[in-house]
Amino acid sequence: MKNSKYLILRRLVQLGLLALFIGGNVYGWKVLEGNYSTALVFESFHLSDPYAVLQMLATFYMPLSEVIIGALILFFFYALIGGRAFCSWVCPINIITDTAAYIQRKYKIKPLMKTREVNRNLRYYVLGLGLVLSSIFGIAAFELINPITVLHRALIFGIGFSSSIVLIVFLFDLLILEHGYCGHICPVGALYAATGRFRAIKVYHDKDNCTLCMKCKIVCPEPQVLGLIGKETAKIKTAECTNCARCIDVCDDDALKFKL
Amino acid sequence: MSKEEDKMATRRKALTDLVKGAGYLALGGLTWGGYVKEAKATEFALRPPGALPEKDFVKACIKCGLCVEHCPYDTLLLSEHGDKKVIGTPYFDARTIPCYMCVDIPCVPVCPTGALDVTLLTSIDEETQEEKLDINKSKMGVAVVDPDNCVAFWGIQCDACYRACPLLDEAISLVYEKNERTGKHAFLKPEVHREVCTGCGLCEHACITEEASIIVLPHEIVTGKVGDHYIKGWDKNDENRLRKEKELEKIGDDMKSTLDYLNSTDDLLDEE
Repeated sequence: MKNSKYLILRRLVQLGLLALFIGGNVYGWKVLEGNYSTALVFESFHLSDPYAVLQMLATFYMPLSEVIIGALILFFFYALIGGRAFCSWVCPINIITDTAAYIQRKYKIKPLMKTREVNRNLRYYVLGLGLVLSSIFGIAAFELINPITVLHRALIFGIGFSSSIVLIVFLFDLLILEHGYCGHICPVGALYAATGRFRAIKVYHDKDNCTLCMKCKIVCPEPQVLGLIGKETAKIKTAECTNCARCIDVCDDDALKFKL
Repeated sequence: MSKEEDKMATRRKALTDLVKGAGYLALGGLTWGGYVKEAKATEFALRPPGALPEKDFVKACIKCGLCVEHCPYDTLLLSEHGDKKVIGTPYFDARTIPCYMCVDIPCVPVCPTGALDVTLLTSIDEETQEEKLDINKSKMGVAVVDPDNCVAFWGIQCDACYRACPLLDEAISLVYEKNERTGKHAFLKPEVHREVCTGCGLCEHACITEEASIIVLPHEIVTGKVGDHYIKGWDKNDENRLRKEKELEKIGDDMKSTLDYLNSTDDLLDEE
């Protein structure tokens, strides 16, 4: 496919990681074991979801150093290098919400609400609320509904009723709110969005090459980050950009690219 | 619009926005919180060996499934909606597949958060004086016998649970009793010793009745609590506890205030 270099690459990474998780469980591969909350890598160290570990800390439980270190590694990796790369390059839910957005565009399906009609800061409140509720009820509150781990469990341990949350996310994005889940609600991505401002990898826009075709704004799952299109030659600062590179893919004028 | 009115309007808007925001938060918090509370109020679950007490376990478990993955017998399962356990946490159903008590306990050291605590399953090797994993220290639950449906209590000979127990004669022993009904046979009744029983469920798995007549239940469910007001007079330690309490009482002993309290008529009189 033309103009889909990064898209294909992302899907390969996402599905590859998922395959490693499944292989780890079904065939005993030792590359990635565990799930998206914490994964044992080559039987030697853990990579842990900082938000999952934060919720655990909010319940006043102090876990072993394995997950603390694992969470710090990922936190600093995304904060200093990848930004929200987790969302677009790792998270399997991204495939689902991207599909919903693709169907919307292709078949001109209008959801109840356009993405700009609902405050994008909602996710930061969800993030905070999750920690407060974890603290009040003594259990990681978001992990009870996290569609990322639910999807993972469904694929490995069998499709049960809980996997319906994945369908809920899909239909919510498709019919209720455009870019709804990943763009407005998910606190896992919100944490990376809140901390990724100083990431090394950013999308760079060259105003002089831009023909204002606005293809990038149509495909972008976080269109508010593209405010600089046609206006200034600069890197996208806000870490709400997921570094998914769809804009780079669709740009015919060489006006967008990754820059360190 | 005058400047004053403008200011008021801005202030009013800020205030409305604030209240509106609080409303959204309350809406989200109550809905989500209600779900969390409901999702946590679950039936009992038999946890893997070395699990922290349930209340701490649900805080500590990150739901990664590594214990499940490392269980060689497929004993451990991850709970789903409808299993009536906290979703995503490991448990087992002893009747289907019990815990086979691996000596190397593959499910526990792999836990990255300490929800399954290695230290709870560690003992000192008597010969080498080194720490070693000891599956027999696990307290997954306690086996409980249903004497109405256990055929051994009817007088039929069955020692399936007794034989299946990995701690034969320690966790389950057979109590011999004369069968008065026949006059010439003996009952061989299984008796569980709670302080030894690991809750592995091999007995429940082996039980020959249609529904198991010996089942494993978590400690929280089967363990009672006496309270502080009963003292074992024959037990030195318990006696000392009584003495200590007496001494504490003496420290606070104040005859005057006690008498004042007893003589006071404040609460007895009707208020006019």
